[in-house]
Amino acid sequence: MTVIQPGVIRSGARTFASAPLSAKFGLVVIALYVLAAIFAPQLAPYGEAQIVGSQFEPWSSAFWLGTDNLGRDMVTRLIYGARNTIGIALTTTVLAFSIGSAAGLLAATFGGWTDQLLSRVMDVLMSIPQLIFALLLLSIFGTSIPSLIIIIAALDSTRVFRLTRAVAINAAVSDYVEVARLRGEGSLWIMGREILPNILPTLTAEFGLRFCFVFLLISGLSFLGVGIQPPTADWGSMVRDTATLIAYADITPLLPAGAIALLAVGVNLVVDWFLHAASGLRD
Amino acid sequence: MTSIPKIVGQRVALGALTLWIVSLIIFAGIQFLPGDIATEMLGQSATPETVAAFRKNLGLDLPLHLRYLSWLGGILQGHFGTALSNGREIGELIAPRLFNTLFLALSAALISVPLALFGGIVAALYRNTFIDRAINVVTLASISFPEFFVAYMLILFLAVHAGILPSLSDVDSSTSFLMRLNAVALPALTLSVVVLAHMMRMTRTSIVTLLGNQYIETARLKGMAEWRVLVRHALPNALAPIANVVVLNLAYLITGVVVVEVVFVYPGLGQLIVDSVQKRDIPVVQACSLVFAATYVLLNLTADILSIVMNPRLMHPK
Repeated sequence: MTVIQPGVIRSGARTFASAPLSAKFGLVVIALYVLAAIFAPQLAPYGEAQIVGSQFEPWSSAFWLGTDNLGRDMVTRLIYGARNTIGIALTTTVLAFSIGSAAGLLAATFGGWTDQLLSRVMDVLMSIPQLIFALLLLSIFGTSIPSLIIIIAALDSTRVFRLTRAVAINAAVSDYVEVARLRGEGSLWIMGREILPNILPTLTAEFGLRFCFVFLLISGLSFLGVGIQPPTADWGSMVRDTATLIAYADITPLLPAGAIALLAVGVNLVVDWFLHAASGLRD
Repeated sequence: MTSIPKIVGQRVALGALTLWIVSLIIFAGIQFLPGDIATEMLGQSATPETVAAFRKNLGLDLPLHLRYLSWLGGILQGHFGTALSNGREIGELIAPRLFNTLFLALSAALISVPLALFGGIVAALYRNTFIDRAINVVTLASISFPEFFVAYMLILFLAVHAGILPSLSDVDSSTSFLMRLNAVALPALTLSVVVLAHMMRMTRTSIVTLLGNQYIETARLKGMAEWRVLVRHALPNALAPIANVVVLNLAYLITGVVVVEVVFVYPGLGQLIVDSVQKRDIPVVQACSLVFAATYVLLNLTADILSIVMNPRLMHPK
């Protein structure tokens, strides 16, 4: 466990204070979601899959946002949804980045047939629309959370590969890489210590965008009933479960849908700010 | 410099190659299926003889490459095989649904493309004003909002509160054209909202990047009105990138229909593939994936060819 220096906190606070209003909003939104995800069992009034009332109860003091189609508390499900939906999307994105950026670095560092082979495989995988490919693979491997994570990560790593390869190729021909090669450093050192640190800002911004994309894709699949399966609380399937209420002008299905939309907006705002700050533009 | 027919020919060949590889991948998918279709369909209690007879009947006892060839040959003649769940011919299952899906995607395109071009030109005309910023906000919303969020918002306001449009898009072969238009109004509107902002922003960007050119300066110095400069001088040169973005968004529409069709219970191809995934009816999923993927590849190819053909520099080879 590293001890956080007071200086780090102070410079972090200064960065936060200098951020534009939109980025501050985004950061606050993300922080709230993360807190809800971490402290879900403490925050939620009931258990995740606990049936506490009758079906579709209206908003009351006992059930702040009513109950769903099985009589489970909506507030509880929303809070646990933060944990499950974000957790699964984050795991998937991390996995997609591990595969995609490793393959991209390999292609850029070695070039030649390694690059050709990897690039052509990725091209072919990208020529099938992602949602359709995901549906095809899910029907073959079944709809469990591990297969969902692996399938989406594999499909999304193609996008990460493209970007990593493009920026790493620029870095791979620079003088300091040449120097490292002449010094006799191994390929692993060159990839990890020379190229990676120089493309990290681009990858960080891309991580935010990919997370958004993966998060929306998984929510979409869950909404279709082929993603995260019950009784796990998840925003996409919550929309599906309560969708019939919209015909009675009840906004309950819009709450989990709005929760998804708000987090995506927050992440996009922060990524915009990060890209703007990294490009060194002043407005 | 290479001539246009040659470049276009190369792209078409590349497209055909891609389609062939896609068909290989989709076919290979079924081979990874845990268990066997025969045992899956006949159940655990089937005798080995029944299973063997069934496998022979389906051609499952043939080697892999022969099965692939007969599968591909069948598809090229319009035979997709039969559905596992109800034993119906998949071609018959797909045809009316494909028509419905194309009808929906086309309606969405007819709403969104003119609006996007108009909005993009307006945004370029009034750049760096509140209109511009409003478009940025809309773009952010449209890339962040899940399709079902937009769909249920539209249902809440236009179907439930205002009562103008139906929230269920129930159509069949006997539905008249006008009723059909009425039924697809809300799903088409949802899809338009999803793709509009991106097209609008790309139109604006393509025009604005051209505005720094000297011939634009000349037109302005002649005393031309700003909108005339944009429409007569900047727009023709921006057409290639705009056409590209429009076709790419159409390709997106083709797959974006899946969620929207489920929300509005619209009997299209998207609805069919989702149902079949839930039932694990793999031949139907395969056939639908192939149709979706082929449309996607063809539209991307069209975008490629359009941007080659519309590039003025390539039209007059030196």
